[in-house]
Amino acid sequence: MKEKEVKNLEEIFEARIARDEKIEPKDWMPEKYRQTHIRQISQHAHSEIVGMLPEGNWITRAPSLRRKAALLAKVQDEAGHGLYLYSACETLGISRDELYEQLHSGKAKYSSIFNYPTVTWADMGAIGWLVDGAAIINQVPLCNTSFGPYARAMVRVCKEESFHQRQGYEIMLTLCNGTEEQKEMAQDALNRWWWPSLMMLGPTDAESVHTEQSMKWKLKRKTNDELRQQFIDQTVPQADILGLSIPDPDLKWNEETGHYDFGEIDWDEFWQVVKGHGPCNKERLQARVDAWENGEWVRDAAVAYAEKQEKKTIKEAV
Amino acid sequence: MKNENLYRYILGIADSSLILGQRLGELCGHGPSLETDIALTNISLDLIGQTRSYYQYAAKLIGDGKSEDDIAFLRIEREYLNVLLVEQPNTHFGYVMARQFLFDVYHLMLLSELKNSSDETLAAIAAKGIKEVSYHKRFSGDWIKRLGDGTQESHDKMQDAINDLWRYTDELFTMTEADAEMSRNNSGVDVTRFKEAYYEEVSRLLREATLEVPERKYFQYGGKKGVHTEHMGYLLADLQYMQRAYPNMKW
Repeated sequence: MKEKEVKNLEEIFEARIARDEKIEPKDWMPEKYRQTHIRQISQHAHSEIVGMLPEGNWITRAPSLRRKAALLAKVQDEAGHGLYLYSACETLGISRDELYEQLHSGKAKYSSIFNYPTVTWADMGAIGWLVDGAAIINQVPLCNTSFGPYARAMVRVCKEESFHQRQGYEIMLTLCNGTEEQKEMAQDALNRWWWPSLMMLGPTDAESVHTEQSMKWKLKRKTNDELRQQFIDQTVPQADILGLSIPDPDLKWNEETGHYDFGEIDWDEFWQVVKGHGPCNKERLQARVDAWENGEWVRDAAVAYAEKQEKKTIKEAV
Repeated sequence: MKNENLYRYILGIADSSLILGQRLGELCGHGPSLETDIALTNISLDLIGQTRSYYQYAAKLIGDGKSEDDIAFLRIEREYLNVLLVEQPNTHFGYVMARQFLFDVYHLMLLSELKNSSDETLAAIAAKGIKEVSYHKRFSGDWIKRLGDGTQESHDKMQDAINDLWRYTDELFTMTEADAEMSRNNSGVDVTRFKEAYYEEVSRLLREATLEVPERKYFQYGGKKGVHTEHMGYLLADLQYMQRAYPNMKW
């Protein structure tokens, strides 16, 4: 294709996005758009399946049958989200096996929050309330993003996430209405998950390399700092209802701005975890690699069996 | 307790669902593919759901403000009445599927009869579970075929699992005193009646999967009387951890 033709296509493409039209897999798209979407959607899919691990960690130890069933259902929803996000990503011309390979080799990233350990039952509440809460803030705008399959997947994901968030908050509420020990467990979980949750909204705008392009393609509608402020403003009153205190001595309501001021985020910790040196990076990735490698003989058998069945059917037809 | 036999009968059924559900819960996030992961979680959820219905009924029989969770979490090992088969570990995916299939065939036969129980609550729980368990059996049966008739490696692994777990199958058809009494008054099921049909169905599928049907004369028993394999204590340590560490709290 001549340079001029490409330029023409690009102009038509940008105009479609500006008109809020959806881009579908068979439509022409700039290579950079395709690559950016593969990166973001797969990162999101990987986050869902790695995210199954910290919560899966408590399924066998859930404190009641009701909680066990709810947690199983939640982790299963995450697997489902992973499934449709991988499918959305595959429409961009990459296979699920290739995406796994990128995850296992460390080339693809997933949300850093899942590199923190879940050490008490209250962490199941804190993850639902804070981590899913921050995820929703990140994800709701994606329901209107320009790439059709991603936008449609996100509508379903967001519905389920908001249910998870309420469920997590309800775990916290039960703990906070319980014994002194339970309330301490809840406060301890908030102390450990608060800052990593703020980090989930991404580096500050000044440091964010993808923001500008992503805003243009409607992969992003607000900047990281705006989203973070929204999360804090929404979450602080919820902590008040629980009777828990946010572990930030600088947190203060600002009459003038109509927002909460908050303390400095430890970005050194953020980058340390992103670069693979968080408390559980190694374990999370190893668990995924082990599941994949230990499952190889099972997947091979399924393929071999399907081939045998197909041959049989052909033989019978002849 | 007035309905001691009914109570013990319910536990005999419900404990097997609980323990198998618990075992499957260990696998969440570690399956050989995302699809199998979702399916195993789903089966686990079904089993835990069924368990809750049975225990809620059993809790009413005890009265005294007891709940489903008291029954699930606060008994000692000797008081759990599940069959030995379901507590066996997730050695590999072949074992998981063999354990599941050997149990599902029995489970579906049990519920299909139990839905005619003169005890309305049991009949209703059974009727509700049939659709779920039919799906479990189809899933596990399909995997036995895929693994048995897949590659040489999967065939050998599947055969090992069947050979190892076979010794726990005969226990499914033993009757405790409570079972016998419940069967006499038509509220329970006489499981000995479908033993033959069970081995026929299982053997047919194993042959279809190109697997050998083990010829074994020696079997292991005990679960139904609360005498378990060594695996059980560790499983309960996980299961009961929160309730033991933080007694008398609401979660």
